[in-house]
Amino acid sequence: MFQDTILLVTIVLMAVVVVVFVFIAINAGKESVDYGPVQAKAFGIRTGLFWVVVVGGVLITVITTLDLPYAATRGDAAEGAVKVQVEGRQWLWTLSQDSAAANDTVVFEVTAGDVNHGLGVYDPNMRLLGQTQAMPGYVNSLQITLSEPGTYKLLCLEFCGTAHHAMMSNFEVVDGSGQAAATDANEGRSG
Amino acid sequence: MSEATISPLSTSARAGVLTYLAISALVFVLMMALGLLMRVGQADWLWMPPEIFYQVMTAHGAGMVGISGLAGSAVMWYFLRRYVDLTVGILWTNLALFLLGVVLILGGIFLGGFGGGWTFLFPLPSHGMGAWGNVGAACYLLGLMSIGVGFLLLYLDVARAIIGKYGSLAKGLGWPHLFGRSEDEPPPPTVVASTMVLIINTAGITAGAVVLALILVNLFVPTFAVDPLLTKNLTYFFGHVFINATIYQAVIAVYEILPTYTKRPWPSSRVFLAAWTASTIMVMSVYPHHLLMDFVMPTWALILGQVISYMSGIPILIVTAYNALTNVYRSGMRWDIVSGLLFLSIFGWGVGIIPAIIDATIAVNNVMHNTMWVPGHVHTYLIVGLVAMLFGFMYHVAGQNGATKAIDKLAFWVYAVAGMAFSFMFLLSGYASVPRRFAEHLPEWVEYSATSSIFAVLVLLAAAVFAVRFLTSLKTARMA
Repeated sequence: MFQDTILLVTIVLMAVVVVVFVFIAINAGKESVDYGPVQAKAFGIRTGLFWVVVVGGVLITVITTLDLPYAATRGDAAEGAVKVQVEGRQWLWTLSQDSAAANDTVVFEVTAGDVNHGLGVYDPNMRLLGQTQAMPGYVNSLQITLSEPGTYKLLCLEFCGTAHHAMMSNFEVVDGSGQAAATDANEGRSG
Repeated sequence: MSEATISPLSTSARAGVLTYLAISALVFVLMMALGLLMRVGQADWLWMPPEIFYQVMTAHGAGMVGISGLAGSAVMWYFLRRYVDLTVGILWTNLALFLLGVVLILGGIFLGGFGGGWTFLFPLPSHGMGAWGNVGAACYLLGLMSIGVGFLLLYLDVARAIIGKYGSLAKGLGWPHLFGRSEDEPPPPTVVASTMVLIINTAGITAGAVVLALILVNLFVPTFAVDPLLTKNLTYFFGHVFINATIYQAVIAVYEILPTYTKRPWPSSRVFLAAWTASTIMVMSVYPHHLLMDFVMPTWALILGQVISYMSGIPILIVTAYNALTNVYRSGMRWDIVSGLLFLSIFGWGVGIIPAIIDATIAVNNVMHNTMWVPGHVHTYLIVGLVAMLFGFMYHVAGQNGATKAIDKLAFWVYAVAGMAFSFMFLLSGYASVPRRFAEHLPEWVEYSATSSIFAVLVLLAAAVFAVRFLTSLKTARMA
């Protein structure tokens, strides 16, 4: 799961910062040494660190921007993708259809009829698979492959007023193949 | 040229700085109490109507951003006036406009019912759906405008003073030394930081004023069409710049105070100047990382948001934090509540930027944006970073250097440990895909809020100790 990797990387990097600060804090109060050599050594290390960060940053940037979630919005949706029109309004989602077949690639074409909303697609275990903003006058297309059958949840992820937290709809993913399993247009319900 | 001319503060200036700090200490504690209230509500330990929750959320967000700006500006003003001639009247004018803004904001929220979040994303202010009306929304927005005007005056006065002494803002940033071969001594870190802050905040506040004016007109003349994507860009440019500027002001306390402990200089080296110039540009250009889930934004702008977010870690971690660690290492410095809080604050800034940078990766943002991951890095940065920095400065002003009491030590460790744990609970909640800004949580999310609430109580108690210790030392405050 992607979130596992994110948390692991975060904890490792935060732990490195903790260790460095604790090491320095322990040594701060020790008998004073001449600042010149300390600076010279530290700044030498820093130059190396700088280049490690730069090279690492460039590599990570290249790798992570190879596959961006914007393709469907740019008119480059996957072939055969199931298109679902979604409109957010205070405080419900209106969907052109509320189901798809397992392993379908679904493109949620998301807009809003009043204020800003955010469409978050949660799997049956309530893990966020992906999201996009829903904005009046604009259509953001979120492409997701829904692998497992079950009841997915569509939550609002942009604060939209008093019943924001209740703006949830179901999206059923059923066993079967292709669009045949998808039902007719159906209105989402406010949670 | 850069020599500090430490003349005694005038009575009015002294009263001004102390008033800023006293208000800040009180409001920090109050805002933490509001934060606790929200976490307790999400933990199902206390029921409150959603409209009240969102009013509290709006007050908490706007209040923390505003008071962080006020306290940060106090730090900057206090040290900068050692180098340039600042106008005391402007200091008070800013405070008056700030307080007027607070009254309008509180009236808009708790009398007018406005609960549209501190981000007031257009067109939500005009869509209260019965929870608030146009008058409540307008009061809130005018309150923000009043605060912005006050700060703008303050930064214009800072610009006047720096240009008057150094000749230009470029010289205030040390460009003749960075890009040329100037033989003069470069401006001290306090002047460099203040120049950076006035540049970014003048731009940020102006953008904020534009978006506030657009929304205010639209509130009462709905046919005055405003583009939601444009206003979102303006709002996040303003918001990102303003909240970041708070710590770029407050870090002046570290530059000025920490070397007095280590007995080691902290000059404006060429690397230091390069870092601050880079930060000036990056803080103003990185804001698209708030819009990574707005797929209709130009792809180049969104990739830029990711790349500049990565780059922004360099001046913070590899220059500011690294310099602080080098300055402190084997210096024989004395640990007390002031040096402890300042050191902690640099740690909080450095460690808080990590989940922020990771979240700025587009692929990560796709599953973390607007989850609790975001308040996770915001609270690390604010509680363990900025607020620790500001309380450290308050203890310094209160003359508590070297006079650390047992209660201070206890409060320090509780604050540091509980602050990290509280913030980390947000990150864990984000990992579990818990959305942010939800008045009511699903049963499977409640445990995170419950655990978090316990740490929030501890943070609140420790901060209350800091605030009380400062407020009770006001009479004997030593200010140079």
